[in-house]
Amino acid sequence: MNDKTDNVVIIGNGMVGHHFATTLATEGSEANIVIVGEEPRCAYDRVHLSELFAGKAPADLALATEEQYKRLGIEVRLGSAVVSVDTGQHEIELADNTRLQYDKLVMATGSYPFVPPIPGNTLKGCFVYRTIEDLDAIRSAAENASTGVVIGGGLLGLECANALKNLGLDTHVVEFAPGLMGVQLDTTGSAVLREHIEALDVTVHTDTATQEIAAEDNRLILRFANGSTLETDLVVFSAGIRPQDQLARDADLEVGPRGGIVVDEQCVTSHPDVLAIGECALYDNRIFGLVAPGYRMAETAVATLSSGTERFTGADMSTKLKLLGVEVGSIGDAHGADESSQAYTYRDPVRNVYRRMNVSADGRFITGAVLVGDTEPYDQILQHYLNHLPLPDAPESLLVSAAEGGGLSADLLPDSAAVCSCHNVTKGEIVASVAKGCVDLGELKSTTRASTGCGGCAALLKSVFDTELEAQGIAVDKSICEHFAHTRQELFHICQVEQIRDMPTLLSRHGQGLGCDICKPAAASIFASLYNDYVLDAQHVGLQDTNDHMLANMQKNGTYSVVPRIPGGEITPDKLIAIGEVAKRYDLYTKITGGQRIDLFGAHAHELPLIWRELVDAGFETGHAYGKSLRTVKSCVGSTWCRYGVQDSVGMALTLENRYKGLRSPHKLKLAVSGCTRECAEAQSKDVGVIATEGGWNLYVGGNGGMRPRHADLFATDLDDATLIRYIDRFLMFYVRTADRLQRTSVWLESLEGGLDYAREVVIDDSLGIGAELEAQMASIVGTYQCEWKTTIEDPEQLKRFRAFANSDEPDPGVRFVRERGQKRPAREEELINLAVEV
Amino acid sequence: MSEQSVTASPLCSVADLTPGSGTAVIWNGEQIALFYLPDQEPCVYGVGNYDPLGGANVISRGIVGDRAGTLVVASPLYKQHFSLRDGRCLEEPDTVLPVYPVAIAGDQVVIHD
Repeated sequence: MNDKTDNVVIIGNGMVGHHFATTLATEGSEANIVIVGEEPRCAYDRVHLSELFAGKAPADLALATEEQYKRLGIEVRLGSAVVSVDTGQHEIELADNTRLQYDKLVMATGSYPFVPPIPGNTLKGCFVYRTIEDLDAIRSAAENASTGVVIGGGLLGLECANALKNLGLDTHVVEFAPGLMGVQLDTTGSAVLREHIEALDVTVHTDTATQEIAAEDNRLILRFANGSTLETDLVVFSAGIRPQDQLARDADLEVGPRGGIVVDEQCVTSHPDVLAIGECALYDNRIFGLVAPGYRMAETAVATLSSGTERFTGADMSTKLKLLGVEVGSIGDAHGADESSQAYTYRDPVRNVYRRMNVSADGRFITGAVLVGDTEPYDQILQHYLNHLPLPDAPESLLVSAAEGGGLSADLLPDSAAVCSCHNVTKGEIVASVAKGCVDLGELKSTTRASTGCGGCAALLKSVFDTELEAQGIAVDKSICEHFAHTRQELFHICQVEQIRDMPTLLSRHGQGLGCDICKPAAASIFASLYNDYVLDAQHVGLQDTNDHMLANMQKNGTYSVVPRIPGGEITPDKLIAIGEVAKRYDLYTKITGGQRIDLFGAHAHELPLIWRELVDAGFETGHAYGKSLRTVKSCVGSTWCRYGVQDSVGMALTLENRYKGLRSPHKLKLAVSGCTRECAEAQSKDVGVIATEGGWNLYVGGNGGMRPRHADLFATDLDDATLIRYIDRFLMFYVRTADRLQRTSVWLESLEGGLDYAREVVIDDSLGIGAELEAQMASIVGTYQCEWKTTIEDPEQLKRFRAFANSDEPDPGVRFVRERGQKRPAREEELINLAVEV
Repeated sequence: MSEQSVTASPLCSVADLTPGSGTAVIWNGEQIALFYLPDQEPCVYGVGNYDPLGGANVISRGIVGDRAGTLVVASPLYKQHFSLRDGRCLEEPDTVLPVYPVAIAGDQVVIHD
């Protein structure tokens, strides 16, 4: 064995090869790391490939860029096929005849789709489903197609069916075996899954062997063994995968009888300087075709190269996923293959849920499970199974629901239990983090990465975290400030239930002291969200934060900026001129904002009502740039003018901005509407983003720019106008009701137990039954909208608040401006001294 | 303070103040931030309107409240808290706002010379 690891070459830039390379580089290896990838792009998330047809772009799936690899010191050669491996010379040869020397070679070549040997399987219109390029080809073929057939009813086949359905095709699934997902599900589970899928207008053909594919009149005809035929425009083979082991075979490395490069528990192949990881590797005569075991192999291989002790000794292949929106879970011996085992089953005929739990002959331990339609108990069953925990007294309770079954007590779990299987975070690591002083769930997630993969372990993670906090005697104080022992969410509910409309009542009933600059603006925001009273009412005026207090944005020298609302960024020349005239008259510094409107800076407090009198007369309303409230709905020009637009994005932006203007919320809200997938309005960086599709609107939520930019998540697709608005109503009001003070939608979504999926259940499925109430509350806000500036300038009592001094009509003499690039700006400190001398 | 000082000068009328909030007045070229808290004793407070940390005349536009029982105003610029009674900054105790001897006399707010 060669102990040098100066040159580490990785063949394959899939998810596992990527994980290996980045883990090796970040763990401080001094080796030269070279990745050779056959695909033309850097590693991407293949698990979520079908999302490319649901609004995501290839960049959204990317796991790395060439730049990121470079920063880690990793050399990457993309679009390079390896033609041979010479283990004697320690070198590989690329298609362009380049030879690369290695000390250690890591084969992460993955797998290739199995295409059944059916005559006609290479005809035009036949595809496989593995890479972004495959999907591009399917997408262009689908443009002139109406029907698509997937051959293969396993996990990948159904994922592929989802993709075809997203392309708008009449979709068929053809499966040779008697049931769908036969590997993971028992007969009943398969049948229930089939019912769910057929309800989604996907036609399922089981027990159906395809004998021939023939081309006729630009279409394809599938002839089945039972004599029937099916006419289609395209066929996608998704009938399983085979390990990509050809290079290893040619290099005389040991492979299994049915393929796969044989490795030991250090992931070393039959040659000591060649390792293999992921779907191309065969350990203990098994291929591990999931990403989590692949990652474990990658970490083991890193340990092997750095003399670590980690070993790969197989992996649990339990899995939980959503196929065509149907939840499916499979744990351990799903079929109850061990004849001595016994099965508990549960059926909910209304929601068509099926759950089965196999237990050992003595009834003490779980050996496997099947969950179809609703996988809520998955985590607790999996933890019992993985950790060999004895069953509770009423084992059937585990099948009903996590909550009603009493949940899984976190202290039962051993420290070695993996809470998050995506990132392999054990209970022991969570306990250690809490011991080191972590008392915030969000912080725990970012330091350990637990629950940041599929998010399926969120509830379990919280339970382990809370139990540990309690065990270590740490009480977490979530009080908003010293005046209230409540969170913002609790205060919101208190005000709503008790119909409290003012701060003295709230303080006397539920708080103490006089309040402060934390709780007062929070209370003002809650009152506004609930009752939408005028924010400068005598009882509210002292609660308003810096900017709300003057309905303008205070700048560094104590003057204000003014932002009139320009809905959707659409403005007539006359209105543009009106703004220009006001700016000129009051000598205001003028700048275009990122939200497609105009900011006028440098107004003295006493000028604000004068400026607004003119703006209101010219037809403007307040832009709420000062409030924790809706700011703008940015839009592109859309189908009205643009050659590419597919919907009227400006019209929708106007509707949304006029609907939600004036909505007070825990933090500022930004929206955008793009007229096509070119996304010129940057909707995916907004709290609520809307992107037009041929079929309506795709809705995105939880994006933001700023210090921690975050792309919005796709929430729902192809909505009509009314549904889009209903979902946004519910989403925004649910956020307003439950978020913390100054919590943007992105952080709020992350903090929700169950995250985005939970928000979808509440908003789309109305799982809490509060949909109508949320809509009614939004309707009440919309119905009670007033332009705060119009109200203010009509009230002489209010106007006195804008004077600089109660005993003088002079402006603040401390405010001094100088001129720069033709406009004024605040004088700097050194300039103030010179100005003082001039005076 | 119950006895009216003969040297008190009027600043503004009580009607110019907003309960629970601040108002600025100018007196001999100095800017004073007045705070009117009808439920407190005394019920009117005067500190310098200039925020030495933010560098602008804005203290009167801050939110008033209490921190552990100390009456404070939070600067609207960077939110440091200043005691209404002695002007001291809670976050930076070396920074102190001037304090003015103000009071209510009849319907007027006055300052004692």
